[in-house]
Amino acid sequence: MNKEPPRSLNKVKHVILVLSGKGGVGKSSVTTQLALSLAHKGLKVGVLDIDLTGPSIPRMFGIENNQVHQSVNGWVPAYIPNTGNRLLVMSIGFLIKDRGNSIVWRGPKKTSMIRQFLSNVVWGELDYLIIDTPPGTSDEHISIAEELKLAKPDGAILVTTPQQISINDVKKEFNFCEKVGFKVLGVVENMSGYVCPHCSECTNIFSSGGGKSLAEQYKINFLGSLPIDPSFIELIETNNKSENRNQVDSNSDKNKIIEKINNLDLRNKQVSLIDKYVNNSLYPHFSTIVDNLLKHNIPPRTL
Amino acid sequence: MNTLLTHPEPAHCPGPESQTAGKDESCNGCPNQSICASQLNKGPDPDMAIVTSKIDEYIKHKILVLSGKGGVGKSTFTAMLSFALAADQSLEIGSLDLDICGPSLPKILGCNLNETIHSSNSGWSPIYIDDNLSTMSIAFMLPNPDSAIIWRGAKKNGLIKQFLKDVDWGYLDYLIIDTPPGTSDEHLSITSYLKDSGIDGCLIITTPQEVSLLDVRKEIDFVKKVNIPILGLVENMSGFVCPNCKGESQIFKPTTGGGESLAKEFNIPFLGEVPLDPRIARCCDNGENFLELYTDSPATTAILDIVDNLRDQIEAND
Repeated sequence: MNKEPPRSLNKVKHVILVLSGKGGVGKSSVTTQLALSLAHKGLKVGVLDIDLTGPSIPRMFGIENNQVHQSVNGWVPAYIPNTGNRLLVMSIGFLIKDRGNSIVWRGPKKTSMIRQFLSNVVWGELDYLIIDTPPGTSDEHISIAEELKLAKPDGAILVTTPQQISINDVKKEFNFCEKVGFKVLGVVENMSGYVCPHCSECTNIFSSGGGKSLAEQYKINFLGSLPIDPSFIELIETNNKSENRNQVDSNSDKNKIIEKINNLDLRNKQVSLIDKYVNNSLYPHFSTIVDNLLKHNIPPRTL
Repeated sequence: MNTLLTHPEPAHCPGPESQTAGKDESCNGCPNQSICASQLNKGPDPDMAIVTSKIDEYIKHKILVLSGKGGVGKSTFTAMLSFALAADQSLEIGSLDLDICGPSLPKILGCNLNETIHSSNSGWSPIYIDDNLSTMSIAFMLPNPDSAIIWRGAKKNGLIKQFLKDVDWGYLDYLIIDTPPGTSDEHLSITSYLKDSGIDGCLIITTPQEVSLLDVRKEIDFVKKVNIPILGLVENMSGFVCPNCKGESQIFKPTTGGGESLAKEFNIPFLGEVPLDPRIARCCDNGENFLELYTDSPATTAILDIVDNLRDQIEAND
């Protein structure tokens, strides 16, 4: 077994995991929002996506067409444009040729990939590294726990939706955290209520209050709840569209140079994803969550 | 099989079941090397024949419910499909939960989670929800409903084999198999164990937004790789009707055309859209049969249409 924490984390001050026993509750969207919010505060943030068979992080950040570069020191993560190099992302999505290709791997191969992700990515100095995970308590989770054993991560954020079915799975995740020694930083309740755009009536599509009662039952922090907000999905999707357009345009040989200049020009004027998010209606809800998270003033890892 | 290994699989292990087990470059120096090389790859798993003969004898139709994405409604749809089929008293239905780390099917089906599995000479008895509807899940084997099952793939595969080999279903017209999200151990195991008996087909569930379709594309790619027929694609959570003003809105927006255009893209049948109804989530939490309680819901009509379509497809070959 390893005797020292992964070297790639040497200059990383905080490591936070985003976990949930249940799939589709919003781990990736919470990860994304956490990264954007922290970067908005001027911090330097890295996001590591260890969901190997269903990576959503590249699409969340609008960088699906990115490729990973290999440097002497290891893999160079993708930088999100217009963020002043404050936001870095690594995902298996960058290693697949076609976005529709499946990765059909059994456990040992996943384990080795996660080991590489932790030992082989050149993060440099980071204030926060946020690790997005797949649902469950299996290979990926056991592996990341083993890899982080000596790395003293800050802990884990548990994401749930309000209904009982989801809470039950999250309880399992909580037990997992206890077993492997991850501190639970708190619970986020996602998809709690939907406001009808016609009559402004709030409907609890997936019931409500589950996250809070879970937090009370296990005596963990309740960080806050997020409503269902289609405008966030829209933000992600329109962000992707503008990227796709740039891609298509630059394919035509004729105007390549002109396009390049235009793109450069455009890029300077473009609004960064961080700024777009800060103007989104979810941001005020999420900034409460971030405040609740940061008020504990967890000291940075050994630096 | 991996219980034979004396040490945990190392980082670059090609997989003890793989073709190169024990022979790969990375196997050099591994304490398991001789075990992998000598025992594991002498032909197929001997239990394979037992599984095949048992399934062939007792189970007529096998349907997989799949999705690359989590939380899109695989378990909910598995339960609905089971309930809908079991409404026909002449059919015997079983539903099997392959989600080992997050088993939610028993709760949705309304099982008492304190029930335990009885084993007899003829195998493990499934839990009965109705005279003609039974289920099996790891949820019935836990010391406490909240216990985490922290298992690596190899261990999960062993349990899946037991589910197929040792459960005493009796005769079944349909076995509906609920799966976890992704394309990993559980999916490879179920498809390889059922390879010889043949799977009638799989049902793929998605939600309308691209983040979900992206993962579903991967699942379709997987299904094509392992050669399982696709019965069709279902779009769940599409559209929401406000209970207050009856106004309709899209919560998960189909920005790239949703399930229907994905089905066209891959040339697979599109079975329909199931709208969001807050009462579904409530029924799942309480383990109630939504289709029976809310016959007036548009979701009920949509689901029953899909089930009819599926039965027509499958029973056409009988």
